[in-house]
Amino acid sequence: MSPRARGIPWGPLIVLVILGAFAAAPALIPLDPFSQHISDRLLPPGSQGSEGQFYLLGSDALGRDMLARLAHGARLSLLVGSSAVLGSGTIGFTLGILSGYVGGRVDRILMRVVDLQLAFPFMILAIGVLAAVGPSVLVVIILFIFARWPAFARIVRAATLEVKEREFVSAARALGARNLRILFLHVAPSCIGPIVVLASFEMASIIVSEASLGFLGVGIPPPTPTWGNMLSGGRAYLRTAWWVVVLPGLAISIVALTANLVGDALRDYLDPKTTGARRRRGDG
Amino acid sequence: MTSRYLVLRLLDVAVTMLAMSVIVFVAVRVLPADPVLLLAGEYARPGELEAIRAELGLDRPIPVQYVRWLKGALVGNLGTSIRTQRPVSEVFLQRVPATIELASMALVLGITIGLPLGVMGAVRRNSWVDRLVRVSAVTMHSTPTFFLGLLLILLFAVVLGWLPAFGYGGWRNVILPSLTLSTFVIALVARIGRASMLEVLNTDYVRTANAKGLPSCVVIWKHALRNALIPVVTVVGLQFGNLIGGTIVTETVFAWPGIGSAAYQAILERDYPIIQAIVLYVALGVACVNLLVDFLYAILQPQVRFD
Repeated sequence: MSPRARGIPWGPLIVLVILGAFAAAPALIPLDPFSQHISDRLLPPGSQGSEGQFYLLGSDALGRDMLARLAHGARLSLLVGSSAVLGSGTIGFTLGILSGYVGGRVDRILMRVVDLQLAFPFMILAIGVLAAVGPSVLVVIILFIFARWPAFARIVRAATLEVKEREFVSAARALGARNLRILFLHVAPSCIGPIVVLASFEMASIIVSEASLGFLGVGIPPPTPTWGNMLSGGRAYLRTAWWVVVLPGLAISIVALTANLVGDALRDYLDPKTTGARRRRGDG
Repeated sequence: MTSRYLVLRLLDVAVTMLAMSVIVFVAVRVLPADPVLLLAGEYARPGELEAIRAELGLDRPIPVQYVRWLKGALVGNLGTSIRTQRPVSEVFLQRVPATIELASMALVLGITIGLPLGVMGAVRRNSWVDRLVRVSAVTMHSTPTFFLGLLLILLFAVVLGWLPAFGYGGWRNVILPSLTLSTFVIALVARIGRASMLEVLNTDYVRTANAKGLPSCVVIWKHALRNALIPVVTVVGLQFGNLIGGTIVTETVFAWPGIGSAAYQAILERDYPIIQAIVLYVALGVACVNLLVDFLYAILQPQVRFD
C-alpha cells in the first residue's frame, strides 16, 4: 500500500506542538499552581494581581493562577491518556493476536471475556472502584487499561484473522518458519496500522472519561490540578466567573478533538479505502 | 432466522448475565469500603458494628450471601437499600421513568438531527456542506458531556434566562439535558450514516434508479437510505452502554432524578443492594439491545446468515 499524497494535517500537528510546549512549560518557567492569593480571587483573564503578578488566564476561587493549573492539568491528562493507551494497547495486542492466531477454544473464551467487558457499564465500575479504593493517578490508569484492552484485542484479532490465511503466510509456513517467527515477522506488522488508528481515538475518549471522573468528584483529587476537578470546583461559580469553567472545558475539548482528527488523518493515510464495512463492529 | 439460533442467543444472554452477577456481587464485597462503618458512624462501639452486620446478613460467607440474593432476585426481590431501608425495586421503579424520558428524547433528537446531516454530507461529498458536517460531528464527539451541559446552562439559563438550569418537571426542563445527551448520538449517527450512505450511493441499483429518471430525492431518501441504515442501527445499538454512561454525567449536571444520578449517589454511599441492581439491569439492558440489534440486522439485510 503506497501512502497516498494527502495533505499533511497541519491543524492537529500545530495543536500537538502547542500542547507539548504547554505540558513542558511548568518544568521550564516557574508556574505555581498551588499558591493561593486570597485577595486575588476570581480575577478575569488578563488581570493584574495584588502583588503585581499577571493572571493571563485569570484566577480561580482561591486566587490560584489558572494558566499554571491548566498547564499542570495538561501534564496529568496526557500522562493518564498515554499510559492507559500504551498499557491497554499492549495487553490487547498480545491477547488479540493470540486469539486470532491460535483460534479454537482460546479464541472463544477470550472473545467471551471481551464481549462481557464491553457490555459492562464502565462509568459505574470506575466510580465504584475509585470511591472505594481511593483515587490516585495509578488507580485511574489501571482502571482505563482494564476497561479498554478489549477494544484493542478485538481489532487486532480481526487483523490477524485477515492476514493469517494470506499466501505469504502460507508460503512462510511451507518454507518451515516457526509460529513465533510468522507471528512477529508476518502477522504483527499488519496489525500496527489498525492499532495506531484506534490508539488515537482511544486517547481522546480516555482523556474525556478521565475528566468526567474528575468532574463527578471521584477522580484524582484536589489540590492536584486536573482539568476535570478544576471544572468540578468551578461549577459553583458558573454565574459569576465563566473562565473557571470554560477554560478547562475548552482544554479538554481541544485535546480530544486533536486526538480524533489525528486518528482520522492516520486512517485516511494508512487505509485509503475507508469504508463502513470495517467500522461496523469494533469502532468503539 | 432459525429458532435454534434464537435459543442459542438467549442462552448466551443468560450465561453472560449470570457471570456478570457473580462478578458484580464479589467485586462490590471485595472493595475495602465498609458500608457498616459508614452506617454506624465514627463513634460506634465494636459491638454495634457486629449487630448491624448480622442484621444485614453481611456476616455470612460471600457464597451464602450470593445464593440468598440470587434467589430473591429471581422472584423480583432485590433486597432493601442499606441507607433508606426502602425496597430496591421501589427505588428503581421510581427512578426509571425519568431516565427513559431523557434517553428516548436524546435518541429521537440524535437520529432526527444526525441522519439528515450524514446523508447531506454523503450526497454533497467533499463540498463545504460535507466539510461542515464532518467538522461538527467530530467536534460534538470530542466535547465532554458535562462541559457541553454547563455551556448550555450558561447560555440558556444564566445569560438568556429562557430555560431552567436544572430540575425535573415540565417540558422546559427536559430540553437542555436531552440536547446535551443527544450530541453523542448526533455525532455517531452523522458519521456512520455518512460513511454507509457513501458506500450505498456507489452501488449499481442506485445507479439504475438514477438512470431510469427517478427524482434524486426519491432515490436518496427511499432507495439508498434503507440500506444505508443498517450500519447506523448496528452502531447505535452497540453504543447503548455508552449512552447509559452518558446519562450518569448528564443527570448529575442537571440534577435529573433518574437511574444515573441514583447510581452515582448509591456508589458514594456504598449502598450495595442498589449498586448491584443498577449494574445488573444496565448490563441486562445492554445485552438485550445487542440481541435486538442482531435480529434487526437480519431483518434489514436478509443475506445475513446465522451460524
